[in-house]
Amino acid sequence: MSSPTSTPGRRKRNRDDIPATPKSTVSPPSQRRRGQDSSNGDLPAMPTSPATDIASPAVHDTSLFSSPKAPSHHLNALREVDMSSPLMYGTPSSRVEGTPRSGVGGTPARQRPDLGSIRKAPQVDLHSEPPSADGAVASEQALGQKLVIWGTDVNVGTCKEKFQRFLQRFIDPTSNEDENAGLDLNEPLYMQKLEEISVVGEPVLNVNCSHVQSFDADLYRQLISYPQEVIPTFDMAVNELFFERFPDSILEHQIQVRPYNALKTRNMRSLNPEDIDQMITISGMVIRTSQLIPEMQEAFFQCQVCAFSTRVEVDRGRIAEPAVCRNCNTTHSLALIHNRSAFSDKQMIKVQESPDDMPAGQTPHTTIVYAHNDLVDKVQPGDRINITGIYRAVPMRENPRQSNVKSVYKTHIDVIHFRKTDEKRLHGLDEDSDQKLFTEERVQILKELASKPDVYDRLSSALAPSIYEHEDIKKGILLQLFGGTRKDFSQTGRGNFRAEVNILLCGDPGTSKSQLLQYVFNLVPRGQYTSGKGSSAVGLTAYVMKDPETKQLVLQTGALVLSDNGICCIDEFDKMSDSTRSVLHEVMEQQTLSIAKAGIICQLNARTSVLAAANPVESQWNPKKTTIENIQLPHTLLSRFDLIFLMLDPQDEAYDRRLAHHLVALYYQSEEQIEEEFLDMAVLKDYIAYARTYINPRLNEEASQALIEAYVDMRKIGSGRGMVSAYPRQLESLIRLAEAHAKVRFSDKVETIDVEEAKRLQREALKQSATDPRTGFVDISILTTGMSATARKRKEEVAQALKKMIQSKGKTPAMKYQQLFDDLRGQSEAAITKDMFEEALRALADEDYLTVTGKTVRLL
Amino acid sequence: MPSSHDWINKPLGVVEAMFAQSNSNPEWEAKVLEYFKGQLKEKESHSWVPSLNDVPLHYLKPNSLVKFRCLVQDMFDPEFYMGVYETVDPSTKANVLRCGKYKDVTECGVDLNSRNTVTAERQTFYCVPIPGESPWAKEISFLSAARVVPSTSYVPSRQKRSYEEDDDDMDTQPQKQREPHTEPHGNGDSKRQETEAPSSQTTTPSDCSSHLDLNFPLPGERGPACLVKVYEGLDSFKLNDTLEIYGILSVNPVLTVLGEEKDPSLLLLNPTESMETPEEQRAHDPPASLVPRLHMLYARPLQHNNPLLPSAPTEDQSAFVSSFLVEMASVRAELLAYLTHVLLGDGLAAEYLLLHLISDVYTRRDVLPLGKFTLNLSGCPLNSYTERLYQIVQQLVPCSYRLSMSLHTMNSMRLVPKKDYVANRLVSGALQLARNTSLFLDETQLEQGQLDSSGVRNITALGNLISWQKVDYDFSYHQMEFPCNINVLVTSEGRSLLPSDCQVPLQPQVTPPNMEEYLTTIHMAQFTSQINKFRVYLSLARTLDYSISDEVTKAVEDDFVDMRKDDPQSVTAEDLHRMLVVARLLSLSLGQTTLSRDGWMRAKHIDMLRRSRTEQQKSLNGNEP
Repeated sequence: MSSPTSTPGRRKRNRDDIPATPKSTVSPPSQRRRGQDSSNGDLPAMPTSPATDIASPAVHDTSLFSSPKAPSHHLNALREVDMSSPLMYGTPSSRVEGTPRSGVGGTPARQRPDLGSIRKAPQVDLHSEPPSADGAVASEQALGQKLVIWGTDVNVGTCKEKFQRFLQRFIDPTSNEDENAGLDLNEPLYMQKLEEISVVGEPVLNVNCSHVQSFDADLYRQLISYPQEVIPTFDMAVNELFFERFPDSILEHQIQVRPYNALKTRNMRSLNPEDIDQMITISGMVIRTSQLIPEMQEAFFQCQVCAFSTRVEVDRGRIAEPAVCRNCNTTHSLALIHNRSAFSDKQMIKVQESPDDMPAGQTPHTTIVYAHNDLVDKVQPGDRINITGIYRAVPMRENPRQSNVKSVYKTHIDVIHFRKTDEKRLHGLDEDSDQKLFTEERVQILKELASKPDVYDRLSSALAPSIYEHEDIKKGILLQLFGGTRKDFSQTGRGNFRAEVNILLCGDPGTSKSQLLQYVFNLVPRGQYTSGKGSSAVGLTAYVMKDPETKQLVLQTGALVLSDNGICCIDEFDKMSDSTRSVLHEVMEQQTLSIAKAGIICQLNARTSVLAAANPVESQWNPKKTTIENIQLPHTLLSRFDLIFLMLDPQDEAYDRRLAHHLVALYYQSEEQIEEEFLDMAVLKDYIAYARTYINPRLNEEASQALIEAYVDMRKIGSGRGMVSAYPRQLESLIRLAEAHAKVRFSDKVETIDVEEAKRLQREALKQSATDPRTGFVDISILTTGMSATARKRKEEVAQALKKMIQSKGKTPAMKYQQLFDDLRGQSEAAITKDMFEEALRALADEDYLTVTGKTVRLL
Repeated sequence: MPSSHDWINKPLGVVEAMFAQSNSNPEWEAKVLEYFKGQLKEKESHSWVPSLNDVPLHYLKPNSLVKFRCLVQDMFDPEFYMGVYETVDPSTKANVLRCGKYKDVTECGVDLNSRNTVTAERQTFYCVPIPGESPWAKEISFLSAARVVPSTSYVPSRQKRSYEEDDDDMDTQPQKQREPHTEPHGNGDSKRQETEAPSSQTTTPSDCSSHLDLNFPLPGERGPACLVKVYEGLDSFKLNDTLEIYGILSVNPVLTVLGEEKDPSLLLLNPTESMETPEEQRAHDPPASLVPRLHMLYARPLQHNNPLLPSAPTEDQSAFVSSFLVEMASVRAELLAYLTHVLLGDGLAAEYLLLHLISDVYTRRDVLPLGKFTLNLSGCPLNSYTERLYQIVQQLVPCSYRLSMSLHTMNSMRLVPKKDYVANRLVSGALQLARNTSLFLDETQLEQGQLDSSGVRNITALGNLISWQKVDYDFSYHQMEFPCNINVLVTSEGRSLLPSDCQVPLQPQVTPPNMEEYLTTIHMAQFTSQINKFRVYLSLARTLDYSISDEVTKAVEDDFVDMRKDDPQSVTAEDLHRMLVVARLLSLSLGQTTLSRDGWMRAKHIDMLRRSRTEQQKSLNGNEP
């Protein structure tokens, strides 16, 4: 290996007398060979800008002594060295000076421990042999030669220029990221961000790597492969640009570039040795954060004899204690002064793979992450985050007493950027929070599937294949899984429209309702499964808890909030207590949860679809009663369900036969046969995820007409018999269902066929649940008011008959209750129950016609 | 004889030779695996490899090939290691390329800056002996291993006695503790106990300071736990898999020193050391003398851990199966008679118990596990009957555990494994069991009282286990579902509070005055050979294939329709589910691999008998005020 044994001694104030210690490399040499990459020389020849000189070794070569360095693979310059150079923007000591400052020179640079304690790498000339003697590089330094940072193919000047061009020119008209809200999409994005920095004064520039990639793929590659060299260059570039534009602005420290969204790696599991020292982005969940660790950056030594002081940089966690005082030449007289040393903040964070992207049957992996400076305490345990950082591997400590080493490396990630994935849930606009990356082939498979004419039927039969028939119910659930299009009417003052479809299943026990719920719960990534019996209002919504460690009040979210953007499956809905159920009112229409407890007042998003299952009160469904009477749920709640299905045991021979066939087949079919018949659950999952993310259908003209007609028709049916048969809520759910059906087809337009299917499904559900058992007609008022129109009519008739009877009796101011009941029964043709009689009495009492006191009835 | 086999005694030599030949051609890795696989394929050769299960650790040669029958209890994070590295000889300054695979520790003088270093990835599995393995299974596998002289200096002649000691559990513990003192430098036996003592929670004085929790799923388990380093096919292994692992044993004391000796000043300055909490250190780097490292060369998933059956799916297994099939019906009859005696003369309950013992979740249709057959034996006599019953079941199946559902255990015991984020490991629970383990839930022990929240969670976990055959492991921020395949038998006085696939009220035909004596005599009356036959029978019946012909399918459908026609309320889809399972198990128990019309009728018949019995029970209870 042609190693630059004679790396030109850089300026080393105060370190000249330190015995040079042979270095052990920080990073293990991975298989990729950096030195050879550079020989490709595929960079366009760029004139070296004068800025290159800043970092070039020649300028630094002012010291008298140059400590001979052991051949080190990663001989990268520590930034402190640069800071001590007069050409750099500041020195550590300038930080304490309180003088007003502005401009590049005046703003102190801040160390970036996130990039590792590295030196500014020396540059080497591609075309020349590696330097063999001190100062050789300096002499070879000439314009026009391509200088690259040692071990890479990065030319500082080129790289800087490219990045500045990117900042000045990059426009992303399609951006919909929430950070960019309020920015003009047709202006260079990052220039606006710089302007923002000058106003806000927060010297951090977040750069989306995908932007870099689309602008300059080569720059992106360099950024990913050599982050610890490229990012400082970016810093330099951005600061020059910034202080050129805003020469008067005052920042706390120089702007730091924080790239994020590196497309290299998405999953913790796929990290491998090739990723070492590269920039990666992974997602995961924070499980533990450590206390703040003060990490020494610069040690301060003072001579006990002559009080001469000296500073020593910490190099990879070690301080080389000066053995001899330079001033008085006393040996071993220097003592470390802690409170004059410079420290930086550091925090260890443990991140665990998020449960969604793990193979079944394995345990989640964890990774150690180090956050530095202002990234400390940015995340809490339980947060789901995307981390962009540099992957590191460090060999296990060498034990001086032992000659052999454990052959294992410790790995960690130095964080550059955190991005909370669930943070946005509190803000809204989160279509991309679940965004899964689909490979081209996968998308192709899904699209192919979508183009099939019978995709709707295929998908619905793929849903819970072990459950027999109930095709319409499965179709309803399928549409629920896709959901409608989210619309925002907040500008007109109505707020969000509910896009989620709610479904209630009621029916006889043992009709596999629970199984259906379990299936759905397993299918959707953010599903929650609770049982009405076991859950309290608190468990569903949110509760306030005192953190045992910090004694702080913490808001813990319940099932409904946790299933935001997912499906909340509630079994035994009927067994839920009334107070618990009342929570659902807000969730199911407004899709929010308001909490006011223990001093915390807030509104959480709970855009969850509810899939509930209820058993009839009398354990067996009574076909002579209405849905409301059967399940005893308040109609206010029922009307919030888009579809209410009955799952009944049909008890007919043909059905039995098919059921038996289905079950027997379940038991003897082999795996392959099953595969053939049904879609893979994974495909279904991806299909739904894809449609939910990318498809946002809108109504077209005909579909709107069809919807209007459908609604008018529904109203008409009722008006013919003197009752209302449809409410705007029905229209809304019709729209939702139609949109969901369009999503199933991967169509961006809601067309007439979607409306037709929505109509059919809704009719089907109504036929089952809103049929008046007395008349056989579908009557929506059963669900909206809890009583069918015929029942109401009947009630009035009884009251009138009673009134007539009393009037016919003449002047009797008081009557016996029982007698009156008997009389009425005798008079009436239809059977009159006690309930009906009492209702009639109450109705008359409301009219102020009579009062009931105990067992007597008085006329007024 | 085996002693001449270098591949067992010095497997690292083989590996290194192949590495040296390869000239850093990466194909050598595949070659190594191929070689060991080939060696193990040879007849009988796998029995020459000493087993960690049977031979105490200190009798095994370090860096020799050993095997380990185990369950994957936890999977640690992947680690990067030096696959290839270069060493510098201090005297000659010559660079030598070395292979770091299958080793924990590097040679002297590693050149950390060498450009030839190749970083590779491996993963560590924490493996424990199969939980609840019956004493007889251990003993037989031990004795069969002793037939060939293992490549150690260990003479296992005294082992037999100590296994008998293991059988009678806690009572002998104090005596064991005393033993090392009474005969200080005695025979190998007492030495063995010294080493095993810490693992079985009874620490000898010297171990008190560094008490280690070896994280066994079941309380009172013992045996070596092992850190298995896995190099290939990481995705093919799952948590709770039962494996037979062949690998290179590494007990280098350096491993322990690295973990224990802590120079506080170094710790302060070296940030990499502060990454791990002491708990984590302890969990991930336990002393190698207690938790040896095993570098996996070859692993075989185990279908069962019954040592009486040929374990490898080879030709001799199919020969074995076909020879046994002939006997199947007669063995079944004998076993049925035996179980009838045990169940106090109740033939129907015995029939159901037999079916239960061979049940197996053979597949899953979306969330629905098929083939599970949880049996609830209600009406069990009190007073230690259930305990004796368990002992008999334990004698028959290779893996079992009795969970006495007393209020105290339900409230205090950890059933569901939980992730401990401080130590970064999965703390095991009693429901982390290998496939086909018999879980014996003794509900007769339950008394009145209050379940606290952990008790409720435990009961819910048991309910989930029975109905969905899954356990939701607690990862504190979320739960993770792990499918399982556990045969649950619930004994109770009345109807169990847990769900079950099938409830059989026990109707004793005999009422022996002394239950203990009665059961003991029955048990003693069986010859070992007879019991062994039963054992083989139960394990074998489970592995048979099964199918239903179209013709029988049709008949079953017709039957179902007819039954529904008479009384739609009486027969539901659930009943059909159960009857299909019963029919399947009934056929398999007779060694028939297809369902015959006859088999279906029999299944229907016994289900009718059972139902009439439960209804009778119901009406009896209904009459009570």
